[in-house]
Parts: sequence; C-alpha cells; structure tokens
Amino acid sequence: MIAVAAGGDILSLITVFVLAAFVGFEVIAKVPSTLHTPLMSGTNAIHGVVLVGAMLVLGTVHGTGELVLGFAAVVLATLNVVGGFVVTDRMLEMFKVRKPPKVSTEAAGAAAPSTEGDPK
Amino acid sequence: MSLGTGIRLADLIAAICFILALRGLTGPKTARYGNLLGAVGMALAIAITFATNGLHHFLLIAVAMLVGAAIAVPAARLVKMTAMPQMVAAFNGVGGGAAALIALSKFLTAPTGSLAVYQVVEVLLGVVIGCVSFSGSCIAFAKLQELMTGRAITYPGQQVWNAIVGVGILGLAITLCVSSTSWLIVIVLGLALIFGVAFVLPIGGADVPVLISLLNSFTGLAVAASGFVLHSVVLVVAGTLVGASGTLLTQKMSQAMGRSLPNILFSAFGSVITATGGAEGDTTRSVRSASAEDVAILLAYANKVIIVPGYGLAVAQAQHTIRELADLLESRGVEVIYAIHPVAGRMPGHMNVLLAEANVPYEQLKEMDEANPEFQSADVALVVGANDVVNPAAKNNPGSPIYGMPILAVDEARNIVFMKRSMRPGFAGIDNELLFDPKTTMLFGDAKDSLTKVVAAVKAL
Repeated sequence: MIAVAAGGDILSLITVFVLAAFVGFEVIAKVPSTLHTPLMSGTNAIHGVVLVGAMLVLGTVHGTGELVLGFAAVVLATLNVVGGFVVTDRMLEMFKVRKPPKVSTEAAGAAAPSTEGDPK
Repeated sequence: MSLGTGIRLADLIAAICFILALRGLTGPKTARYGNLLGAVGMALAIAITFATNGLHHFLLIAVAMLVGAAIAVPAARLVKMTAMPQMVAAFNGVGGGAAALIALSKFLTAPTGSLAVYQVVEVLLGVVIGCVSFSGSCIAFAKLQELMTGRAITYPGQQVWNAIVGVGILGLAITLCVSSTSWLIVIVLGLALIFGVAFVLPIGGADVPVLISLLNSFTGLAVAASGFVLHSVVLVVAGTLVGASGTLLTQKMSQAMGRSLPNILFSAFGSVITATGGAEGDTTRSVRSASAEDVAILLAYANKVIIVPGYGLAVAQAQHTIRELADLLESRGVEVIYAIHPVAGRMPGHMNVLLAEANVPYEQLKEMDEANPEFQSADVALVVGANDVVNPAAKNNPGSPIYGMPILAVDEARNIVFMKRSMRPGFAGIDNELLFDPKTTMLFGDAKDSLTKVVAAVKAL
C-alpha cells in the first residue's frame, strides 16, 4: 500500500494506537455530567481529522472511480470537521454567559434580545 | 529540515492540540478554549497536508472542501439548540462514511493480491466500523428528528437476524483475507450498512443520545483504522483518542441515567409485551385540568416552587418565559429553584445549555441529587414539558422500560402542575402514573403559550 504521508511501519502505528487509547481514557476521566454533550460534540469534531485522510486519497487518485470516492470522502469529512466545531462552539457559547454568577445587563440583552423586557 | 520532517512535526503539534482540547472540554471554564484549540490543531493538520509530496488535484480538493463547508456552516449555525443532538448524529455519521470510503478506495486501487493479511484487516475494520457508524447515525438522526418513531422497534427473531448479518460479515471478511476476490468487499459494505440499521432500530426513547455517543466512538475507531491504511500518524492518534474517550463517555452517560450500557443496547429485545402492557385502560381515566389563572394563584401564594424543565420547554423555546415567571415569583418572595435531571432535554447537560441561554442564574440550577431532598418541602413542583424523568414507573414498575432510571422525586411535592401539550406519553413512549395523581393539576397547551398566560395571570394578582 502506498505510504503517502508522514508515516511509520505497522508496529510503531500500533504503539501510537495503544498509547493514544490510554491517553483518551485518562484525559476525560473527570468530566461533570453537565459537559457530557459538549464533550461528545467536541470529540465528534476531532475525528473530523479524517479529512486529512480524504485529502490524501483524492490527491493521489488515478482512475475515475477512485476520484468519485475521494471527492465524496472529502465532502463528507469536511462536513464532519466544520460542522462539528461550529456546533460545539455554539453549545459552549452558552456556558460563557453563565459563568459569572451575576450577568451584566449588557450581556443579558445581547444573549436574549427578543424576550427580554421589564415586567410591568 | 526536510518537508517530510516538517509534516511529522506539524502532526505532532496537532496531536498535542487534540489531547489538550479534550482536557479543556472536561471543565466548564476551559471548555470553549479547548474546542478552539482543537480547531487550531485541525487547521494545522489540514493545512500541512497540502504540502504532502506527490499530492495532486488541489483544485478538486478545494472544491470538495468548499462544498462541504457550504453545507456544514449554515446547517450548524442555523440549527435550533433543541435540534443539536441530531446535528451531532449527522456530523458523526458523515465522518464514519468518509473513513469507510477512504479504506474502500485504497483497497480497490491496490493491485489484486498485493495486500498482506494485516492490510486487508485494516481496510475491513475501516469499512465495517465506518459503515455501521454511518447507517446507525442516519437512523439515530431520523429518530430524533421524528422522521420515524422514536420508540424502540422490535420484530420477531431480531437477535437471530442480527447474528446472521454479523456472522455473514465475519465470514466474508475471513474469505477476503485468504483469497483475492476483492469484489466481496462491496457485499461486506452492504452488510455493514444493514448491521448499523439493525443495531440502532431496537434502541429507543431517551437512550438514543447514549447511542450517538457510542457511534461517535465507533467513528473514532474507523478513522484510526483508515489511519492505519494510509500510514497516517495523526489519523491514528486523533481517531484512537476519540474512540477511547468516546467509549468512556458513553459509559459515563449511561451511568448518569442509572443504566448499564448492555441494558441500554439490548433491553428492548423481548420487551414488546411489557412496553405496551402499561398503556391499557388509561384512556378512560380522568385527570384534573386547570386554567392558567388557577395555576398562577397556586404558584404566587406558594413558599417554594421547584421548576422541572423538560424537552417540551425546549421545543416551545420557552426558556426565556420560564425565567420571566421565576423572576416574577421571586419578586413576590417565592423561593424558586430549577431541578435538572441529568438527561433533561435530550442529552446529558442539554437543559443546562438551554437555560444558560436564557440567563437563568447558575445557583438556581440544582442537579438531581441536590434537588431531590428539596421536593418534600416544596409547595408546587412545576413540570414543564417533562415526562419520563419524573415518571414513578422508573421506581416502582419493574416491567417498565425505564425501570431503574433515577428520577426527580416530583411526587413528594405538595402539589404538582404539569404543563403538557396532551396526554401523549413522553419520548420513551410510556404512560405516566403521576398524571392521574389526585394532587396533580394539568395545564394543557404549548409550554410557551401556557407560561405566557400564567405570567400574565400572576402579574394581574
């Protein structure tokens, strides 16, 4: 198989795989349940790195069939990576507003312009 | 420094960014920064890929990326906060699909018989896991988007059929490893797609979010497999990180619901009878419904009100109105707190996000363990568009599909007000005994309309 990118032999890849698996487990061990959804969405964006693979496929095609597959892969992977980060950021925007216990009136107005208003 | 070394260094930096991004995402203060760091690492990994030796078709790649971005940005920007879960499912599914296409493409273009067994295994893992994640995510999307029933779908012999498909995939995979009949991969691909659908169909109701998390980690593994196929370290690192952390996150999510993962994945099998058995005869029973004015009086003269927000509140976009009501009640000296079930809304943490959007003060939000002792001293529990998370069947009906799920102890409050559109059961499709309780008052209608009326009525008092 064509080693298109910076790469290694199968054993060093397996080493990387095993180490990354341990890191993946450890690094999120203490997540509070409030952040489960944003974290899931964030990891969803990170596996959008598949775009790199899709680019390598499309960038080295020869036949038409492979071209179609590669093109589709790049489109799908771009959806994953772009959509993933944007959605996660939108979720987390909400947390930014919430952090200070007392929200300034300016921030409150900006976050909810339509339904804000002084009760008579 | 050669170009190859530069690329490897960039990949290393990207990998570090991804790890720090994950760590950042586990704390409320660092979460946003974590996500941005992940995006920076991603941008670096993608940009450096353009410098890969022997890469062609730059224009084609750029066009494909533009097409993808042109669809993704508006979709992710315009989607309502309530529809976030299915959006995550969709973006996850296409990622799995991309991983499968990469592996497939590399397999089809390799000269017949040139692949070692381990290389065929890499391709097969990428194709099978990627396809399962793709078709599974499609069904999860359809369920959450209500394009199909959200309930568990079961049929006779389900396990047998799934086993046959699974064995079929395995058999063909082994054949592919030992022979060079490469067209068999297309059948494997088809079977994997079918398997993904069959895997998701029997999972229904509130369990779908946990399922999406599981499919998310599947996609991570598929990406790692395609990284093996392409000998790309950054793909292996990022894919494995997501695969591992996603698996742990799935565990944690099911724990938050008080369920075990196998229970969520396989409990629907054979539960057809118990799930429908609870519904009989309920249609003839009477409930107490009231006007907005009645509810307003009940609330305004209470000492302590606990608001239980649910998906109905989110759908009606009533989070701002509920805050207005809470402010109004507080100005009359009523103590108001929000009791947030871990899976209120559709996903863990979903409701916190929605209420934060409406600037509900952080200290009024109580997690379930904190909130449950409060119900005994509450005059009114105001349940807005929630159902399954307050259903006592989870505590006292072992036959119920949600049995064992921790619930909010709404039944301990002195009065219960349900704001619901109808008597229809909740997302899990089970009737709620609490609706027929003598101390329960129903206020039918859209959550936002009802709340607006109640707010007006409280003001008029």
